[in-house]
Amino acid sequence: MSHRHIDITLTVNGERITERVDARTTLVDFLRETLSLTGSHVGCEHGVCGACTVRVDGAIVRGCLMLAAQCDGARVETIEGLSDAGEMADLQKAFETRNALQCGFCTPGMLLTAQELLQSNPKASRDEIREHISGNYCRCTGYHAIVDAIESVAQSRGGK
Amino acid sequence: MKPAPFAYAKARSLDEAIALTGEADARILAGGQSLVATLNMRLSTPSLLIDINGLPNLSGIARKNGHVEIGALTRHAEAERSNDITQHAPLIALAMPHIGHPAIRNRGTIGGSIAFADPAAELPACLLALGGEVEIAGENGKRTVKADDFFKGLLETALGPRDILTAIRVPAADKNMRVGFAELARRHGDYALAGLAACARADGKGVKDVRLAFFGVGNTPLRAKKSEALLAEGKIEAAVEALDMTPQDDVQATGKTRKHLAGVLLRRVAAQLTEARL
Ligand SMILES: Cc1cc2nc3c(=O)[nH]c(=O)nc-3n(C[C@H](O)[C@H](O)[C@H](O)COP(=O)(O)OP(=O)(O)OC[C@H]3O[C@@H](n4cnc5c(N)ncnc54)[C@H](O)[C@@H]3O)c2cc1C
Ligand code: FES
Ligand code: FES
Repeated sequence: MSHRHIDITLTVNGERITERVDARTTLVDFLRETLSLTGSHVGCEHGVCGACTVRVDGAIVRGCLMLAAQCDGARVETIEGLSDAGEMADLQKAFETRNALQCGFCTPGMLLTAQELLQSNPKASRDEIREHISGNYCRCTGYHAIVDAIESVAQSRGGK
Repeated sequence: MKPAPFAYAKARSLDEAIALTGEADARILAGGQSLVATLNMRLSTPSLLIDINGLPNLSGIARKNGHVEIGALTRHAEAERSNDITQHAPLIALAMPHIGHPAIRNRGTIGGSIAFADPAAELPACLLALGGEVEIAGENGKRTVKADDFFKGLLETALGPRDILTAIRVPAADKNMRVGFAELARRHGDYALAGLAACARADGKGVKDVRLAFFGVGNTPLRAKKSEALLAEGKIEAAVEALDMTPQDDVQATGKTRKHLAGVLLRRVAAQLTEARL
């Protein structure tokens, strides 16, 4: 059966949601426009900038390259939920202290990407950090401060 | 921009997916990492997307009769973490970290990369270098196509409009297999400006049965047969001289630059092929 509109049930930041979506709605547009979760940003809309990064079933994905219709049954987490849960409060604090953001457009995507790296590799080196965030553009900071911030959390978490 | 309207169907079986391909302007949706980008830019405007993500038995990595079989829906990230790939398909293991970025690899599929056949993509070249094969399910059942016959032209393969790629198979590595891989890109994870995947058999102090598959320098991954023969004779500089591809100019690099880079890559990979000999 194929349809222009699809009924989906998913959890977003722990909350169960049922909606009817237009098949062509991307996940990030669904989050921003239907659920008013505007922390995930929309930049290039073709996978290059990473501003739309969200977590689906525990793994980071491009919110602009997944359809909301594909998220039936999925567990979606965004910067709003992860902030509230305090899961990466240390990373957020480090971004602030190290001046790792200016306009903040790239920040939610950077944080989710960095958090995924630190979860699988808590002692990541600067090179590994650079490689892991290679798919996230920042047009303000020049990246050094971002790498510094992530590295400082790698050191504090890894040292624990 | 936003995609033009389309209908969406989540296929529950391979047969259902193949049946749905009979509808006008239907497209298969796998990882979506190439397709959804083109939808967003309205570079493609299908009327129906057939989502194959839920199909059983199309995902996973297995060793079978001297081959490594990778199911079409296996995500790049899964292949990247797989011990079977590291041990038995080392060329693919070398290529994986170069494919896009972590979030892309979490969704993108092996089958999607081969089916899409971007001329600058790593996996089509690996499949060609390894002399692998592609398993296809279509209206008239299953068939297998060799890598040498699979890539036909720019984004064009042996897949017909009603076909679904179900798996790829490559020969499992043994102690005499030598592999080499190198690519040059502006930013880590971007599509390559030029790249080379290679496979050979150890032969005394040298190598034989060399297969070189260049990517990013033509409309398809390209074998360089004259250079393969020269490399087997140990003549590296002659092999570089014999490269005869004619890459096009584009915004990233001129054809001349790309051709030069192909020579640089060939020297690097030649060293890897012989270095690996114990
Ligand atoms: C920013 C960015 C950078 C990238 N960098 C690279 C890179 O450096 N190297 C690289 O190789 N790739 C790169 N990619 C592409 C990525 O690897 C894609 O995942 C891949 O090319 C397509 O796989 P997919 O599963 O996402 O396919 P989809 O996007 O779902 O499909 C692509 C095409 O293949 C068809 N198709 C897919 N699966 C099948 C099947 N089983 N049978 C028949 N047809 C099928 C679809 O109909 C569609 O036409 C990049 C993508 C992005 C967004
Ligand atoms: S908006 Fe999704 S990657 Fe740029
Ligand atoms: S802080 Fe402005 S884009 Fe990164």
